[in-house]
Amino acid sequence: MTDAILEPTVQPRRRPDRPKLRAGNRLVRFKKITQVGIKSIYSHGLRSLLTVLGIVIGVAAVIAMLAVSEGASFEAQQQFRDLGANNILLKSVKPAEVEASSNRGFGPPQAIIYGLTLADVETIRSTIPGISNVIASRIVKKNVWHLGRSMNTDVVGTAVDYPTSRNYNLRSGRFFSETEMRDHANVVVLSDEVANVLFPIDNPLGLSIKIDSDYYNVIGIMESEGFSNLGQNQAGSSNAAPSRIYIPFTASKSRFGETTTRQTAGGMERETVELHEAIIQVDNQESVIEVGEIIEQILARRHKDIDYAIEIPLALLRQAEESALRDQIVAGAIAGISLLVGGIGIMNIMLASVTERTREIGIRRALGAKKRDIITQFLIEAVILSGVGGVIGVVLGIAIPFIISAVWGMTTIVTPVAPLLAFSISALIGVVFGIYPSMRAADMDPVEALRHE
Amino acid sequence: MTSLEPNPATGIGNPPADIDSVAQSVVASLKDIRKTYYMGALAVEVLHGISLDFYQGEYVSIMGPSGCGKSTLMNILGCLDKPTEGTYYLGGEDTSEMDDDELSTIRGARLGFIFQSYNLIQQLNVLENIEMPLFYQGYSEQDSHEIAMGLVERVGLEDRIDHKPFELSGGQQQRVAIARALAVDPLIILADEPTGNLDTKSGAEILDLFDELNQQGKTLIMITHSDELAERSPRWVRMLDGKVESDDRRNS
Repeated sequence: MTDAILEPTVQPRRRPDRPKLRAGNRLVRFKKITQVGIKSIYSHGLRSLLTVLGIVIGVAAVIAMLAVSEGASFEAQQQFRDLGANNILLKSVKPAEVEASSNRGFGPPQAIIYGLTLADVETIRSTIPGISNVIASRIVKKNVWHLGRSMNTDVVGTAVDYPTSRNYNLRSGRFFSETEMRDHANVVVLSDEVANVLFPIDNPLGLSIKIDSDYYNVIGIMESEGFSNLGQNQAGSSNAAPSRIYIPFTASKSRFGETTTRQTAGGMERETVELHEAIIQVDNQESVIEVGEIIEQILARRHKDIDYAIEIPLALLRQAEESALRDQIVAGAIAGISLLVGGIGIMNIMLASVTERTREIGIRRALGAKKRDIITQFLIEAVILSGVGGVIGVVLGIAIPFIISAVWGMTTIVTPVAPLLAFSISALIGVVFGIYPSMRAADMDPVEALRHE
Repeated sequence: MTSLEPNPATGIGNPPADIDSVAQSVVASLKDIRKTYYMGALAVEVLHGISLDFYQGEYVSIMGPSGCGKSTLMNILGCLDKPTEGTYYLGGEDTSEMDDDELSTIRGARLGFIFQSYNLIQQLNVLENIEMPLFYQGYSEQDSHEIAMGLVERVGLEDRIDHKPFELSGGQQQRVAIARALAVDPLIILADEPTGNLDTKSGAEILDLFDELNQQGKTLIMITHSDELAERSPRWVRMLDGKVESDDRRNS
């Protein structure tokens, strides 16, 4: 038997060539390692799920928070843009001292006189260069009627340029003309909401509504969109702006007079306000803020009390943009922290996995795996883990803003960058937090690893 | 029978006088191997200068009581561990100069391991376990599959290729391990107590398979603590206290 084995006729065994790794076969190995990684993650389903929870929450938080802050800043910017970036808004505000004094004394209460005047507006227009237009409005709260239906609404007496100055659109019909303005014509433009209440079935165009004892022809319907809470009339009501109707400024003045009466809790209150609101349009957007400061100085000189307010949409827009940026930084920091926590979770579980699979590492090393192969294997596993967390997080992160929009009616905007960014970060976390456990795995002594129970 | 004096410089051993022509077919050569473990300040020498040559197509048993250093010797033969002193030539290459990557490669390409506890990877099925060493050597998916299928048939498990190790009996698992060890067509198959966890019948089947492989020209080195098993093989090396006590061949 010995002869048979050692017989010279037995060809000396070929020396196996040192195998060379071809690129394609490296890919095969990669694929096999990935499969093992998936199997291993899958075999510890619950544990893997809990592990990636940190990443899931982190990624979902990044996307959802960015979507909400993006939506909020879009909404704010939209509001200010609607007010017109070239505009300065002036409003009459009832000063606090006047309010107090009017309630004292006997007899019928005196009409309170406050607010902006045509003279103010005229001064502003004539002294400050670069103002292209001034649109002054009076806002009076009235009951408006059509047949049996009525509604309490703000009647805005304004100029013909009003809709263009505030980027409002007419849904149908037209706004009133210069001629109608000159003639103090009884014409009215309804907002969508008022039109729906008073004319649930009919097309209101061509019909008329009654305010006090006068009838007004409906000549147009205005879109409700584009109104903002900043457009609210502070002088009269805190009603939502959309329930407004528009008549020529001249008509408002001649029909309603300058003094209006209001029902209050303590009885009747009379006030005389010449102008409730004025929109000042500036030629050049760059000088808006400067013009706003000059107006403030002029009004401060002309008014004893602070019975006016100045709003500069552009300045508010800038503020909104700044606060949106701040929101995003805060959101980013919170998300970053949860991703970090998620990453540490992954590192933790990878270390546990390495310990549990010490023997497998030993076997693989004995069967020819280089350190590099072991590192790759565990790194891939960590990346799969964090990647899966990332995908779930992206899905949740896109879903949450939709839910927020549906439930709270907030505008949310998911930009394509956010999910992409969040997912890349999660994959990166897999690499970063996978490196240390992988190195530990690779640095094991094969003999020790094989002996491990 | 004959004490072999290897010649590491040429990889040529001093063959038994009656068989001159096997001179070039020394596959593994140990020269004065010493291994010392350090436990703190304490140095324990486990191997006290072992010199052995293994020839192409040989079936050698290494036996001895536990603690005699045979496992350490096995780890050195398997390139899993490096000797503290001495040289080890495997297939004509000096392994003492090799770095970790080169040792990994030589393990994967030149050696086949069979362990007492099978050491299959639990998440992989029979076929995947057999294919595994091939991927580390850069075989293509198709080649690996063909080789593994051939080996599955050879160990008689062709109807179990989809089974996971825990679905197999010990004997079957050991046969998968043998197939895995054969996959890269190694120079030497190292078996460490291959029947230690098996019942007599399964153990006998594994040993029969070893005989068969040896007859087909495979070089086998088996570690065992059982004289009975050792004497089945044509050559047996007996170790005691980190030294070779005897090196015998059966004359039949």
